[in-house]
Amino acid sequence: MSKGLVVSPEKCTGCRTCELACSYGKSDSFNPKDSAVSVLFFDDVGLQVPMMCMQCDTPHCMTVCTVNALSKDEKTGIVKYDSEKCIGCKMCVSACPFGNMTYSSRLKKVIKCDLCSGDPQCVKMCDYYAIEYKELDSNLNKRKNIANQFKEAFGEVAK
Amino acid sequence: MKGWTEKLLRVNLNNKTIKIEKLNMDNAKLYIGGRGLGEKYLYDEIDPKIDALSPENKLIFMTGPLTGTYATCAGRFNVSAKAPLTGTIGSSNSGGHFGPELKFAGYDGIIFEGKSDSPVYLHINDNIIEIKDASHLWGKDVMETTDILLEENEEDAKVACIGPAGENLVLFAAIMNDKDRAAGRSGLGAVMGSKNLKAVVVKGTNSIGVEIPAYFNKSIKEARDKIKNNPVTAGNGGGLSTYGTQLLVNILNESHALPTNNWQKSKFEDAEKISGEFLAENYLIRHKACFACSIGCGRVIKIPDGKYKGIVGGPEYEAGWSYGASCGVNDMNSIDIANYVCNMMGMDPITMGSTIACAMELYEKGYISEKDLDGKKLIFGDAEGIIEWTEKTAKREGFGDILALGSYRMAEKYGHSELSMTVKKQEMPAYDGRAIQGMGLSYATSNRGGCHVRGYLTSTEVLGIPIKTDPLSTEGKATLLKTFQDLTALIDSADVCLFTSFAIGLPEYASMLRGATGLELTNEEMMLVGERIWNLEKLFNLEAGLTKADDTLPPRLLTEPVSSGPSKGKVTELDVMLKEFYEVRGWDEEGIPNIEKLEELSIEPKSELAY
Repeated sequence: MSKGLVVSPEKCTGCRTCELACSYGKSDSFNPKDSAVSVLFFDDVGLQVPMMCMQCDTPHCMTVCTVNALSKDEKTGIVKYDSEKCIGCKMCVSACPFGNMTYSSRLKKVIKCDLCSGDPQCVKMCDYYAIEYKELDSNLNKRKNIANQFKEAFGEVAK
Repeated sequence: MKGWTEKLLRVNLNNKTIKIEKLNMDNAKLYIGGRGLGEKYLYDEIDPKIDALSPENKLIFMTGPLTGTYATCAGRFNVSAKAPLTGTIGSSNSGGHFGPELKFAGYDGIIFEGKSDSPVYLHINDNIIEIKDASHLWGKDVMETTDILLEENEEDAKVACIGPAGENLVLFAAIMNDKDRAAGRSGLGAVMGSKNLKAVVVKGTNSIGVEIPAYFNKSIKEARDKIKNNPVTAGNGGGLSTYGTQLLVNILNESHALPTNNWQKSKFEDAEKISGEFLAENYLIRHKACFACSIGCGRVIKIPDGKYKGIVGGPEYEAGWSYGASCGVNDMNSIDIANYVCNMMGMDPITMGSTIACAMELYEKGYISEKDLDGKKLIFGDAEGIIEWTEKTAKREGFGDILALGSYRMAEKYGHSELSMTVKKQEMPAYDGRAIQGMGLSYATSNRGGCHVRGYLTSTEVLGIPIKTDPLSTEGKATLLKTFQDLTALIDSADVCLFTSFAIGLPEYASMLRGATGLELTNEEMMLVGERIWNLEKLFNLEAGLTKADDTLPPRLLTEPVSSGPSKGKVTELDVMLKEFYEVRGWDEEGIPNIEKLEELSIEPKSELAY
């Protein structure tokens, strides 16, 4: 079993409290630029999308890291970052297929989600339930919703 | 002290100099931030008698100690200046993301002085601050201006700007930020336009700390939990998130308190068609929140076709009312478009819609003719008219040039100022002060003219929050109003959204502020901050030349009784409430604060008026 972040952009209101919760949880101060989660705005369709590390099973960031500053905890699934080992080469930033690794030239380190060691603050503070932390192996609810849509579509046809 | 950055930008547009100065912390401790602190700077630095559109006026952007933190709904900023529409102190706050970004850049606020000889904008990227040419932006609407500025600066910067209405000195022009958020009232967009200042672009990368983290965290959690569990404010399924502020339409209509056809009636037969429920069913895409907000009342709606086709910000209750019930218009789509044109052009839709409604009555009564109206008719219910006249007003074309003055100056021009539904020349919104007596007193005494959010007694008189009072009774309303006005002034100075007050109260605001700043003020002393602000605003207005005669209502509310519903036969009983209000405030019978009151509030008046 593995838990992970599940994002529902249609529930996101763009309040960016997740960005604040993330930076505050890590540093006791508020700064969206230091946050591992960013909310992206698409005004033309009225949608906001929170983006953060998906803790890949085969993390490209880890593969390219030559000093082992990134490692996968097989038990929790978290891809961990060790700032002591990091030499700031920024290869991981290029390697992440989602652009979810960022480098802060101000802090001289990579900003990387570590799921707050199993208690993600972004999830805790999202009052709209746009980011949830769930068991991913059993995705029955989402499947039920999709099945429901099928039911409605085919039910309509059947009439 | 954390909470404040303790830095302020002073931008002189005459000689294009920029100074970073230390925030006056003595004043910050007395006035907190936002509305209070901005107004304190204004009171100290300008002569209240000046012409609001002259270079002597100053335009002050100010955040608060909670701005940029995740204190619930505290991502706001306030703009203050002498107001061109009213001649009073002008102050208006806005949400979105601009305020926090200014704070992340390292500044609590910006004071603009003087006037540039050509169009400019201010660009802030942390400590790199430049005044840049804006001649290529002059004439462009808010959406285009924002897009261009983000393209030529940082794409993740935040923009506050004016549209053509501000450039053309429409007296109720707004300052827009993040495209569809507005410091909407008081005509501050015209002040910005008069300075040839098109926009402020800001990007910041600094961190904001709080003084007592453990205390702060606890207070935020408590406040957020209360908001989350309140049926009005809950972000996930609460009234405001589901229907927006327009959920009030049916409630006010049922109380016969929804002013219709320029306040000639108090009930709109087609209210259902302009309600939040109708909007949600037919045009709503989803809801949207401002920075750090857990309520999410913002509407994202679709305009299905025509030249404004697209997905845009939807109207608030008061904007929907002004174009809807007040103009007798029952077509939601036209109201949405007119509201969007206000956002594009940078105008206050409450005053715009109400001014059109007033013109409709002038036409109905034969005081203006088609000759005045560029050859057109203007009758109640004209859904196309509200859009067309809004466009023309922003550009000051034809009769739009007269509408741009607001309803008071327009109606006065034709000899019928009694038909202008204004207090201190600013339009009253959406709540009939005859059917809701306390709101009548609230309008009459508001320091920025006709306004609902300076003392929202509808909350107690209609909605029953925090306690239900009788809307038809005047008893105790003066005392209640003072409490609402003072608490609101505190909330506005903390730059927290007023809608939080449906779920939280003084103890929560005070705790959040103490946690962020370390200020050792009791709850009672926090209320004194609000009272101090209210009295300072009053002093500004008195020194600007306003008198007791201005603390009044349009004759319609004082002499024409409500024609239907539970308040049938009622007028606003202002005399009795106003006398009591002055007493409760510790003011003399002319509404002038006495010296003991000012000393108690640590206010030093500039003139002898107050004695």
